[in-house]
Amino acid sequence: MPPIFNEPFLAALLTGAIISALPLILAGLGEQMSERAGVMNIGLEGMMMAGALAGFAATLAGLGVWGGMLAGGLVGAAVSVIMVLFCVRQGMNQIIVGIAITLGATGVTSLMHNAWYSRTYPRLDAAEKIALPGLSQIPVLGPGLFTHHPATWAGLFVALVFAFVYRQTFLGLNLASAGEKPDALDAAGIDVTRTRSVAVMVAGAMAGLGGAYMAVIGSGIFVPHMTGGAGYIAIVLAMLARDRPLWVVGGALLFGFCLSATTALQVGGIEVPTDFIQMLPFLAVMAVLVLFGRNARLPRALGQPYHRGQR
Amino acid sequence: MTAAPSPVVSLREVTKRFPGVIANDRVSLDFFPGEVHALLGENGAGKSTLISMLAGVQRPDEGEIAVDGAAVAIASPRHALSLGIGTVYQHRMLVPTLTVAENLMLGAPWWRRPALGGVRARFREAAAAFGVSVDPDARVENLSLGEQQQVEIIRALWRGGRLLVLDEPTAMLSPKGVEELGAMMGRMKALGIGIVFITHHLTEALDFGDRVSVLRGGRSVGGIAPETLTALPRADAMAEVVRLMFGTGLASAEAAEGGAHVPRALPNTKMLEVVGLSGRSPRSGSSFEDVSFHVRKGEIFGIAGVDGNGQTPLAEALAGQIAATGSVVLDGRELGPANVALRYQLGLRYATDDRNGEGMVGKLPISTNMVLKEIGAAPFWRRGIERRAAIDAHASALFAAHDVRAPGIHTPVGRLSGGNIQKVLLARELSGSPKVIVYSKPTHGLDLRNIEATRRRIRETAEAGVATVLISTDLGEVLALSDRIGVMVRGRLVGIVENGPEARLEVGRLMAGITEREAA
Repeated sequence: MPPIFNEPFLAALLTGAIISALPLILAGLGEQMSERAGVMNIGLEGMMMAGALAGFAATLAGLGVWGGMLAGGLVGAAVSVIMVLFCVRQGMNQIIVGIAITLGATGVTSLMHNAWYSRTYPRLDAAEKIALPGLSQIPVLGPGLFTHHPATWAGLFVALVFAFVYRQTFLGLNLASAGEKPDALDAAGIDVTRTRSVAVMVAGAMAGLGGAYMAVIGSGIFVPHMTGGAGYIAIVLAMLARDRPLWVVGGALLFGFCLSATTALQVGGIEVPTDFIQMLPFLAVMAVLVLFGRNARLPRALGQPYHRGQR
Repeated sequence: MTAAPSPVVSLREVTKRFPGVIANDRVSLDFFPGEVHALLGENGAGKSTLISMLAGVQRPDEGEIAVDGAAVAIASPRHALSLGIGTVYQHRMLVPTLTVAENLMLGAPWWRRPALGGVRARFREAAAAFGVSVDPDARVENLSLGEQQQVEIIRALWRGGRLLVLDEPTAMLSPKGVEELGAMMGRMKALGIGIVFITHHLTEALDFGDRVSVLRGGRSVGGIAPETLTALPRADAMAEVVRLMFGTGLASAEAAEGGAHVPRALPNTKMLEVVGLSGRSPRSGSSFEDVSFHVRKGEIFGIAGVDGNGQTPLAEALAGQIAATGSVVLDGRELGPANVALRYQLGLRYATDDRNGEGMVGKLPISTNMVLKEIGAAPFWRRGIERRAAIDAHASALFAAHDVRAPGIHTPVGRLSGGNIQKVLLARELSGSPKVIVYSKPTHGLDLRNIEATRRRIRETAEAGVATVLISTDLGEVLALSDRIGVMVRGRLVGIVENGPEARLEVGRLMAGITEREAA
């Protein structure tokens, strides 16, 4: 075993995996809800970026880690209102509006970074971690998996909440109906537009939370383009997981591990070109797509605006 | 039946206007409990508007709807349901990924947890009462269309419905599904539920209806009461209904079925000769083998057979859409591997049954669709540049000649009714100088008036000297129009019959004979 694979290295690798996975989990769960309700939210990346900046700014202003997370979620939801207005209400093309949101958010966040932080490059204090009693004593796994900021556990808990909502409540039935057969939902007396709007805003909030987690807890800094395609990976995860929130978690952990490995391997100074190592997560996406993608079945009304009386 | 029961729901002088049209003009109808009231009308006769008023989607401009004799303003679909009026539309309205029980529960407040147990039990009870066996925990997408319809009927009556409105209920059903629907309606009648059975099929109205009413041009033009209907011989009832539907334009039921075949003297010029043709559709996988026949100038050669026995790939091969081995000779010229455009130019035309798919581009205007098979060709294109004026002039002429009912030649084809799309398709395929035309199920999905118009068009073009191949699964149509009839079974042309009094028997024997031999 080469010397770099020692205990601290492996623990750091796992810690990194969780930290990289969490934004994907949050955003992926949000996207899953939006897609379930029939709205393809391509603007996820942009909402993450807006959330990252908002979270960073709020924490830097002294609102703390939780304040930063809250700000990220609110701003993410606010950005998703664009999607609600143009796509859900006006029936415009979801792909085009989504791309516009991502491009716009990239521009605005870069501009703000330039105005606010480009001279000082502020850095947040590391978010306080809590070690789960008992579990954190296990060698390697303890510090790697069970010593994290509580927001991390909250994120994993959301997946369980979503799973419950989908299976056990009328909200779950309404969301699925809005994505599969909106006319049937409308005929049953439920407002399709409102159902979809809620789903899109939840997706925005979740993406914003994911972005804020990245900036506030993950890295402690904000730089332009810092989401680096995580939003798109989250979209892929949501599509592959279909209606199962726990699959989003599993997929996100896999990609998180690959992302973490890229960093770890570079730091560890392994004799492989950096460019190749950085390809890892995306190769993993492709491999998963090839393996599981062919079975992906998307909601029938995904991407189709709903107008009463049209089919 | 006991003496004069009072109607569950009555329409009294109901009028509904839309910009430029009167959809319903002072319609008065009574719907009685325990009775199937067949409402018959062509496309555009005002049936859909009537349904949407009963279902609470639209409100009448004048007149009133009375439930149990008292006038009510039906405000919403929910209100209609609570009044006991349930509607089942032509298109399924169930969420395919949910179970039957979940679909029935849809519409409760979002925070509540679905109580599946009670719904299951109630569904089983209702299903038993109507003689239906559908598992409430089955996913809707795994049910047949007929079963889905049964679920929708149960849902329509879920809150104690007393009047069931069925919009074209047989349109998407298999023959077995139609039979089951009939049995289900029988049980519902016995439970005192009134049924409004909306259709444009005359035979269905007479098969299922206890009472028949006819809508024409938004008006209720009359009907046959139950007493009369049971007393009247079927042929007379049919003649009466046809008279009501079409006024005096069509004199008899036979005319509605396409008219009788009249033997004709034909020249002996072989316009199309097919020898040993075999091919396979890469899309559907169905194939045909070793098909040989010829069609003389002005002759109508019918091809009968149950759907899916290789007729479609044969037609596609003749049109040049799929590759085939064997020989096709058009007016003395071997076509070989000639493609669609060349065959079209040489005079071999194909009117597909897939009008909205491969026949037309729905988003493009009528004018462009009229020249769809001549894209890039003079005079409509010159050196790659489209010549609008030439296309429009050409399209306008065809538009008028084929009596297409549309706002203008720039209307997207997708907005037209099925009958008008068919007119545009035929206009395109018959323009210029066709020598041979292949029709695939030309009247499929059309209403009676358009069926009649299409058949007349087929006859006229044949009389003008066009050799015609008529592929149809409607044996009555083939017998009414063809001079000779070929029968296709499992991709093979198993026999050719001269049309005449014995033809129906002979064709039936050919269709069945092979099946028996294959079964043995």
